[in-house]
Amino acid sequence: MSRPELQAPPEIYYGDIEAKKYTGNTRNQQIQADMTYRALELLNLPQNEPAFLLDIGCGSGLSGEILDEEGYIWAGMDIAPSMLEVALEREVEGDLFLQDIGQGFGFRPGSFDGAISISVLQWLLNAETSHPTSSPPHRLHRFFTTLHSTLRNPSRAVFQFYPSSDDQIQLITSIAQKAGFGGGVVVDYPNSKKARKVFLCLFVGGGGGQQQMPKGLEGEGEEDSKVRFERRRERERLKTKVGKRKNVKDKDWILRKKELYRKRGKEGVPRDSKFTGRKRKAVF
Amino acid sequence: MVRLITHNLLACHVKGCTSNNFPLEFKDAKLELREAEYNSEFIRGFLPKIEWKALVDTARQLGDTSLPLEQPEMLDDEFLKNLHHVLLEIHIEEGSMICPNCKHDYPISNGIPNMLLAEHEIG
Repeated sequence: MSRPELQAPPEIYYGDIEAKKYTGNTRNQQIQADMTYRALELLNLPQNEPAFLLDIGCGSGLSGEILDEEGYIWAGMDIAPSMLEVALEREVEGDLFLQDIGQGFGFRPGSFDGAISISVLQWLLNAETSHPTSSPPHRLHRFFTTLHSTLRNPSRAVFQFYPSSDDQIQLITSIAQKAGFGGGVVVDYPNSKKARKVFLCLFVGGGGGQQQMPKGLEGEGEEDSKVRFERRRERERLKTKVGKRKNVKDKDWILRKKELYRKRGKEGVPRDSKFTGRKRKAVF
Repeated sequence: MVRLITHNLLACHVKGCTSNNFPLEFKDAKLELREAEYNSEFIRGFLPKIEWKALVDTARQLGDTSLPLEQPEMLDDEFLKNLHHVLLEIHIEEGSMICPNCKHDYPISNGIPNMLLAEHEIG
């Protein structure tokens, strides 16, 4: 898997072209939508209470559209202007901000009923300059502390992200805990290479048993389709082995071709004899 | 697409700017009115989060005087509808927001405020 966060900072990687490509890709749309629904599920908001949500790294509004559909009022932020432009074109309902989440938020305490973030957190793990405020731990710390105060008590924040190692998960969770969050990591389909998704599920307040850690989804799901695919390939391979390939240019075939040429009036077609299409001895 | 609902939550986040940093002041604001779906429950639920004085002052500054100076005790339908209009239907498209304390200028273009800070302003 290629990692875009290693190639360039987000505001440069998601330029005009990449932003359009990313948003127009139907597979991407599907994955983003699935993950947004799952994140909302993990967010576990009270039923029938219209909530005000924060979409961290909203990008072109793929997740925001789902929030609109589900009837949430939201505000989103992203660091890539091109992505926000696409979001404007798609006419999402939420308020958009051009903001670097690593610099922290300025929202008043208790502003939001919850926060979601889809495929964003890994972008915070790379330093762009050598300035001390640019180091990943500093940015994560600033991000989580300001986020913690921005969220209502009790509430949750759910981040889907792509960690490249366990160390990264460790770094992120420890900083989040220092910032006052409870909770931890939920892994969906842990045994599947393709369907595996990591969600960081953070709680604000709620003390004790009230906020329970959700369980990750297990097995089945996409793994099932993988098995079926393997089996199909196996079958195809067997088929080609068993069905013996017929010799293409046997005597019948040659005679038929010659007949055809004669009918068409082609000159110099060799005459048929008992040697036509005979087997030759191996030369070597 | 800055609506007053988010503006009412937004404070300055420049390093060291911790007091008198709310509300951000609009300058050269260009407005656009866009209808939004009315949801009385949401407005009711959101009411406790509102900083009333800031909201009314900002709305008046932008030319909307439908809200009373004091938050009324009785929530009738007309009041909620006015509040809905002010919170969700007034969009600020162009202009800038200025922090009353440190005077940091957050420019708004195309309805998107630029909240990026310079290196020395990051906390």
